[in-house]
Parts: sequence; structure tokens; C-alpha cells
Amino acid sequence: MSILVIAEHDNRALKEATRNTIAGAAAIGGDIHVLVAGHGCESVAQAAARITGVSRVLQADAPHLELQLAEDLAAQVVPLAADYTHVLAPATAFGKNFLPRVAALLDVAQISDVVAVNSADTFVRPIYAGNALATVQSIDPIKVISVRTTAFDAAAETGSATIDSVPPTAAFGRTRCLGREIIRSDRPELAGAAIIVSGGRGLASKENYHSVLDPLADALGAALGASRAAVDAGFAPNDAQVGQTGKIVAPQLYIAVGISGAIQHLAGMKDSKVIVAINKDPEAPIFQVADFGVVGDLFELVPELVTAIG
Amino acid sequence: MKILVPVKRVLDYNVKARVKADGSGVDLNNVKMSINPFDEIAVEEAVRQKEAGIATEVVVVSCGIAACQETLRAALALGADRAVLIETTEVLQPLAVAKLLKAVCDKEQPNLVICGKQAIDDDANQTGQMLAALLQWGQATFASKLQIDGQSSVMVTREIDGGLETLSVELPALVTTDLRLNEPRYATLPNIMKAKKKPLETITPEALGVDIAPRLKTLSVAEPATRKAGEIVADIATLVSRLKNQAKVI
Ligand SMILES: Cc1cc2nc3c(=O)[nH]c(=O)nc-3n(C[C@H](O)[C@H](O)[C@H](O)COP(=O)(O)OP(=O)(O)OC[C@H]3O[C@@H](n4cnc5c(N)ncnc54)[C@H](O)[C@@H]3O)c2cc1C
Ligand SMILES: Cc1cc2nc3c(=O)[nH]c(=O)nc-3n(C[C@H](O)[C@H](O)[C@H](O)COP(=O)(O)OP(=O)(O)OC[C@H]3O[C@@H](n4cnc5c(N)ncnc54)[C@H](O)[C@@H]3O)c2cc1C
Repeated sequence: MSILVIAEHDNRALKEATRNTIAGAAAIGGDIHVLVAGHGCESVAQAAARITGVSRVLQADAPHLELQLAEDLAAQVVPLAADYTHVLAPATAFGKNFLPRVAALLDVAQISDVVAVNSADTFVRPIYAGNALATVQSIDPIKVISVRTTAFDAAAETGSATIDSVPPTAAFGRTRCLGREIIRSDRPELAGAAIIVSGGRGLASKENYHSVLDPLADALGAALGASRAAVDAGFAPNDAQVGQTGKIVAPQLYIAVGISGAIQHLAGMKDSKVIVAINKDPEAPIFQVADFGVVGDLFELVPELVTAIG
Repeated sequence: MKILVPVKRVLDYNVKARVKADGSGVDLNNVKMSINPFDEIAVEEAVRQKEAGIATEVVVVSCGIAACQETLRAALALGADRAVLIETTEVLQPLAVAKLLKAVCDKEQPNLVICGKQAIDDDANQTGQMLAALLQWGQATFASKLQIDGQSSVMVTREIDGGLETLSVELPALVTTDLRLNEPRYATLPNIMKAKKKPLETITPEALGVDIAPRLKTLSVAEPATRKAGEIVADIATLVSRLKNQAKVI
């Protein structure tokens, strides 16, 4: 068995999601190679070479790969894929964008959001917002898999793989990136955060979202999340959305503030180790999954919590 | 300009999925089925382009059993002009759907295809990207803003990790919708009546010459481990003590 993992990175640093994906590859077993496609991405290739279990890093470096557009990335992966039994990428916005193109061009199925590996061809994946778990077996010669990062603990860094460069494929050229607005934040990223403080419609405004939740997140060193209702209303940026159609998270502690607990929201956070809910409605469905709940007005309870944590 | 929108019939998002006792799948008997919410957003976007005088025709396509006609009628009631049903009782996987849609695109020659970013039943998030690859078109997934520039390109703002990205994709192109692209209208009664008279063509995968054999075998479907409701604590002091001493997470 030989597995190719496609690295997620920004040409400077390797994203944590890559290490989770490599852990998924290790669960399948076999020789693990990592493709780093980008521009000026030596430091990323070096970081990938240090990850436990990786035997070889392939580096494709070219100006048109800098932005890692789906069309270019898929074209880069497809000719390499023939040498592997499995091609893996994280089930993040990055992986979801290009990986199905790879599968289609290879004429194989993609298995999305894998949470467990039963054998080299049999995998478990959630469907229906996590209300069911399907065990699926692939009959394709190459298995193309996106890995749910929260299901695999990040691989360690004890390795020293060789780094080889591979020739870049031609640019697609018909899609151009006009710009990226990346919101810089001093807070931890949602994916991988140990503690997440998440706010919903109950906060009533963007001002409240920040004046109430920022002090709590500061006190706990937590990342900030949100329900779809809070994002739609403009309280929080789109990439803060936790849920079936947003981010899937599984922190040690998830504090849901003014969130009712719709199925679509629960799908994104119910694997958290400990869930705390603060809601004024004792019937709110969020209490059915919470380890600890406090019923009451969030505008009083959250500041009290900040003080109590100290 | 012609816009094609694939629409999928799925379990309504308000209905909780129940796994069948024999573990063969999710029980879809006598439950409410609806148009996939992301596809409703896609139809809305296409219809707005038509209302703005940019698109001339909106064609909706569904792949699946005869009952998908209801889904297509719902899309026609939102303002689509014409519908195509690729009828089959086979279980369809994204690659097969993408191949069927490719065959339809070869025939219909749309300038733009707008898909949902994921179907809320199987949550695969694949079909649009697969279709774009098979057509060798550019793609813009997870769109929260879409603007067609003349006849040559489409500008799309995408929701990505960490923020937003704006792409310009040459036409023909494929876009998949995110939740914040628009808020779909409600179909009015007169439009629902009108939709019944709009053309709906039915074809088969065989007629399109597409192999739809599944590549994945579902061995079993199980309920996930459920979380038990915990404890409602009386006050913040108790909460902090539980988190510190019992759960040991702060
Ligand atoms: C296709 C589709 C996909 C979706 N994807 C997602 C997704 O990925 N993520 C997601 O989150 N949602 C998603 N949703 C939306 C989801 O169905 C809910 O609408 C949404 O999660 C509700 O957000 P909320 O809990 O913040 O708002 P509400 O349901 O309105 O809940 C607000 C809560 O705040 C409480 N509250 C109000 N004031 C106070 C106060 N002063 N003190 C304490 N508590 C207070 C209320 O009791 C209530 O329980 C999706 C929906 C669809 C159709
Ligand atoms: C419990 C369960 C068991 C299953 N078992 C099997 C099995 O054993 N064998 C098998 O072959 N399949 C099986 N399936 C079905 C199959 O996996 C899914 O229907 C298929 O993967 C489609 O995935 P998706 O709709 O999530 O695609 P996505 O890629 O998430 O869909 C994205 C978009 O593509 C378009 N689209 C998708 N499907 C259609 C469609 N039919 N018509 C028009 N547009 C469409 C829509 O615009 C949609 O928004 C099973 C499904 C479930 C839920």
C-alpha cells in the first residue's frame, strides 16, 4: 500500500489539518508520501518531512501553484496518483474544493469525511448531519478520501523524510484569483482549538457578540465560534460558523452561548469532549447534549463566568 | 445565456434522519422530502440572473426516481423555465450524477451551471467539482456572491477557511452555492399552478449512454453513539467547580 497525502499550507507553514490527515493515512497503513504543491514552499516541505510516518515529500513549486486553485492542484495530483493506492486530503474548505476533481479525473469515487478506517478499502463516514454513520467499501483501484480532521489525533514530529521535487504541470489559466481577505486574529483557529466559545442569535448584535464573548474567550484562551443564525446576522465572520455546513470541531470544551441547538449546529460540535450550554430557555435542545447547562440570561451569566474564572 | 441548475430531492432538513432497524440505510418511507436547501439557493440565483436580463433560460435537472418530478416542479415554481428528469431507480453516487449531468451539459450547452455545495443527506460535497472536472471547466465553490460579467466570465466571492476569496472564472463555468448567497423566495400559488404547465422532459441514463454503476458499497448504516443530557447546574459557581474539579477542562 502507498498513500499520497496532499498538504494544506499557505506556502510558509503547514496547516495542522495535514498532520491529522497523515494520522488518517497511518491508520490505513503503508508507505506515506506527502505532496506539497505551492510556490516558494521549501519551509513547508521541510515541515512535512519531519512528520512521523512520512517517508517521502514531493515538492511541486511553480508561480501558478502559489494560490493552489482547484483546477491547478487537481491537474498536479492526477498524474502522480497512478503510483498510489490511496490519495488523501483533509475535509476542510481546501480539500473539499479540489479533491472531487481529482476523483472525477481518475474516474473513481471519493469517500468524503472519513472518521474511521476499518481496512484498506472500508471506511466509516457520517451522513445526514451525523445522525447516521455509514460503513462503505470502495471497489476502485485508487481510493480518494477526505479525512475529517477531528477524528484523528495529529501525527507527531519525529521523522526525517527525503524531499524530492516533481515537475509542475501546466497552468489551467481560465480561473483567476482577484483577491483574498483573510481575517487575522490573535485567537486560536477553530480547527484544533482546545476550548471554543460559540455564540448564537441570543447575543442579538455584533456589538454584544464581542462585548460578551471576547472577555470569556480571552480568559480561557479560546477560539470564537458561532451558529449560522449569528453569522447570517453579521455578528461573526462566515468562517466562524460551526455545523453541518460550516466547520466541524471537537475541542476539549465547547461553550454554547445563546444557541438553541438545531440539528445542523449539533452536527458540528457534538463530538466535543465537554459541552456547556448557557440559554434562557430550559427546553432548548442544546441542553440534551450538554454535560453542564445553566438556565438564565446570558448577559448576566457570561460576565459572572468571566469573573469566576478570574 | 443559459443557466443549468441540478436539484436533488432529499429528506427535509427539519426531519430527523432515522436509521432502519436492519442497518441498511436511513428510513425514507412516509417522511417529508424537499428540494436540497443549497439547490433552492442555486435556483434562486439563476432566476435572479434571468430577472436581471442576464440569463435567457434557466433549466433545472434532477437525477433519481419518478418522485423527483415534485422537486423539479418546486424549482419551476421558483421561476425556472424548463426541467429535465434523468429517471432511474438505481442508487446514485456523486460520480454517476456528475457523469449524467455532463451528458446533459453536452446536449444543452449551458454557459453556467450552479450546483448546491452539498446535499444535506449524504453530505458528500463532490458533485459540482466532479462535473467541472469532467467538463474541463473552471469552478468556484462555496459562493456567497456571484456576478456575471458580460458573456465571458463570472466573478464569485467564496467562503474559505480564514475569510473570503474572489475568483474570476471564464465561462462556461461551474459554481456551487453557500448559504449566504441569497435567501430563496417562497413560491406563490399562481406560480405553483404555472409550474405545472412548464415543460418537463424525462430521459434515462441508458439513453444518455452513461454508466452509473456504484463504486462504493454501503455495508451498513448505524446510529452514532448518542450523548446523554448532563446536569443543569444551579449557578455559575457550581459550573466553574464542575469544569475545574470534575471535567478538569479549565
Ligand atoms: C441547509 C441548512 C444548513 C444549516 N447549517 C447550519 C450550520 O452549519 N450551523 C448552524 O449553526 N446552523 C445551521 N443551520 C441553521 C440551523 O437550522 C439553525 O437555524 C441555527 O443553528 C440557529 O442558530 P441559533 O441557535 O443561534 O438561533 P436560535 O435557534 O434562534 O436560538 C437562539 C437561542 O438563544 C437563546 N437566547 C436568546 N436570548 C437569550 C439570552 N438573553 N440569554 C440566554 N439565552 C438566550 C434562545 O433561548 C434560543 O435558544 C442550517 C440550516 C439549513 C437549512
Ligand atoms: C444511508 C445511505 C446509503 C447509501 N448507499 C448507497 C449505496 O449502497 N450505493 C449507492 O450507489 N449509493 C448509495 N447512497 C447514495 C449516494 O451515496 C448519494 O446519494 C450520493 O452520494 C449523492 O451524494 P450527495 O448528494 O451528497 O452529493 P453532493 O456532492 O453533496 O451534491 C452536491 C450537489 O450536486 C447536485 N446533485 C447531487 N445529486 C443530484 C441528483 N440526484 N440530481 C440532481 N442534482 C444532484 C445538487 O446540486 C447538489 O446540491 C446511499 C446514501 C445514503 C444516505
